[in-house]
Amino acid sequence: MVESILPVSLQNVSVRKGGKSILGPLDLHIGETGCSIVIGPNGAGKTTLLRLMHGLERASSGSVKWAIRKSEAYARQSFVFQTPVMLRRSVIENIAYPLSVRGVRRRTARATAEDWTEKVGLEYAAHREAHVLSGGEKQKLAMARALITAPDILFLDEPTTNLDGASTQEIEALIRVATEEGTRIVMATHDFGQARRLATEILFMYHGVIHERAAVSDFFDGPKTKEATTFIRGDLLI
Amino acid sequence: MNDIIEGLQSAVGLIIHLDHDLIEISLRSLQVTISAVLIAAAIGLPFGAWLSVTRFRYRRLAIALLNALMGLPPVVVGLVVYILLSRSGPFGVLNLLFTPTAMIIAQVIIVTPIIASIAHQSMRELWFLYHDLLISVKTTKWQRMKALLWDGRRGLLTATLTGFGRGIGEIGAIMIVGGNIDHLTRVLTTAIALEVGKGNFPLALGLGIVLITIAILINLAIHTLSRTEREGTW
Ligand SMILES: Nc1ncnc2c1ncn2[C@@H]1O[C@H](COP(=O)(O)OP(=O)(O)O)[C@@H](O)[C@H]1O
Ligand SMILES: [Mg+2]
Repeated sequence: MVESILPVSLQNVSVRKGGKSILGPLDLHIGETGCSIVIGPNGAGKTTLLRLMHGLERASSGSVKWAIRKSEAYARQSFVFQTPVMLRRSVIENIAYPLSVRGVRRRTARATAEDWTEKVGLEYAAHREAHVLSGGEKQKLAMARALITAPDILFLDEPTTNLDGASTQEIEALIRVATEEGTRIVMATHDFGQARRLATEILFMYHGVIHERAAVSDFFDGPKTKEATTFIRGDLLI
Repeated sequence: MNDIIEGLQSAVGLIIHLDHDLIEISLRSLQVTISAVLIAAAIGLPFGAWLSVTRFRYRRLAIALLNALMGLPPVVVGLVVYILLSRSGPFGVLNLLFTPTAMIIAQVIIVTPIIASIAHQSMRELWFLYHDLLISVKTTKWQRMKALLWDGRRGLLTATLTGFGRGIGEIGAIMIVGGNIDHLTRVLTTAIALEVGKGNFPLALGLGIVLITIAILINLAIHTLSRTEREGTW
């Protein structure tokens, strides 16, 4: 077993865009196991935090430190976007793509991708063009494409926000299996039910910083800050 | 009016009987422009992809320059290539002036910016869609270009055909560097100009019909391609 890229620690990081601060400054330490769920109102900085850790945003100050070299660490993580990105290719080629990028031989990559179409329940659509899939199917494709490289950590940015109940359940089942198999999960959602079902801990974000961090039951049963209490109650938070 | 009708009749006659001169000239036109377009596409398509995925200081300027080069007047291109290839020019020893090779060189210069610019526009849109995913899966720059070139191939074919359409109907540069020499550098456009000058309307019209047919076929192909692309039917 290769050594893990985790833990990751963010030290005094901030992200500024268009002259204003949209994230931080904040400190965060993410350990080797578990499922951390990031919640908070729209515009709180959830997406920015996830993208920053994955290297899709640049820190304006501070640092993100992985247990191994950054360039290697990025190659051992995956990201599932709120709106899945479909390559103009077949389902199976989409799923195989990260393996091809890593230089895996075409036949091997396709065979592995074929296994993954079964694991996510897309075997009936394996040879369709990806863009004809429904929203739920696209997100399942994105899950397969993210997990095919067996990442140490998987980031998910509101993966079920645009999906119906049945598709949400399927995505959640995949996340649960990944967690059980030891993939570290960091996921943003605004669905409290989902947070309760999946999380080991909650990161509550507000105004670009992590306002509160607690085990899932502690957070929902006894939030410590006024803002979190208001947010859970469903009142408007300004 | 009668002249025109008679001209058309004998033009159709020339085409139906596969007139030797007509065939020869048409084939040379295709040979010159297809060669030029293949070379231009080999340069312009990768360049357009590179421009889509690379951020550098003078990128905007480079794109503006590329778009400006699309409007390069062919006559001036012909003049410059003529000077370069003429006996006293820097490449005079190659003896290329008044050969099909000289015509191909001139057309490559005219067509490459067109192909590169149109290809860049279509790949930039694709890059906008792909950006996050391709960065996330840690692609190299070359892998990003490859993804855009492969997945955007319809748009690239359209760009290439547009370049072909521009090249096949071009006369300014080809006349200067080719010299319109019979059985050597005479092509559809230069032949039409010559035959009109001589008052030989049947041959001029026959050549014109061939040229228009080629142009229409190209445009139909472009139209079909861009429609299938818009509808996302691959
Ligand atoms: N490119 C950008 N330029 C300026 N502001 C941005 C940009 N991207 C995001 N923001 C702002 O940053 C804040 C945090 O955004 P985001 O991380 O997407 O929040 P969340 O995912 O929690 O809804 C928002 O107020 C948003 O408007
Ligand atoms: Mg968001």
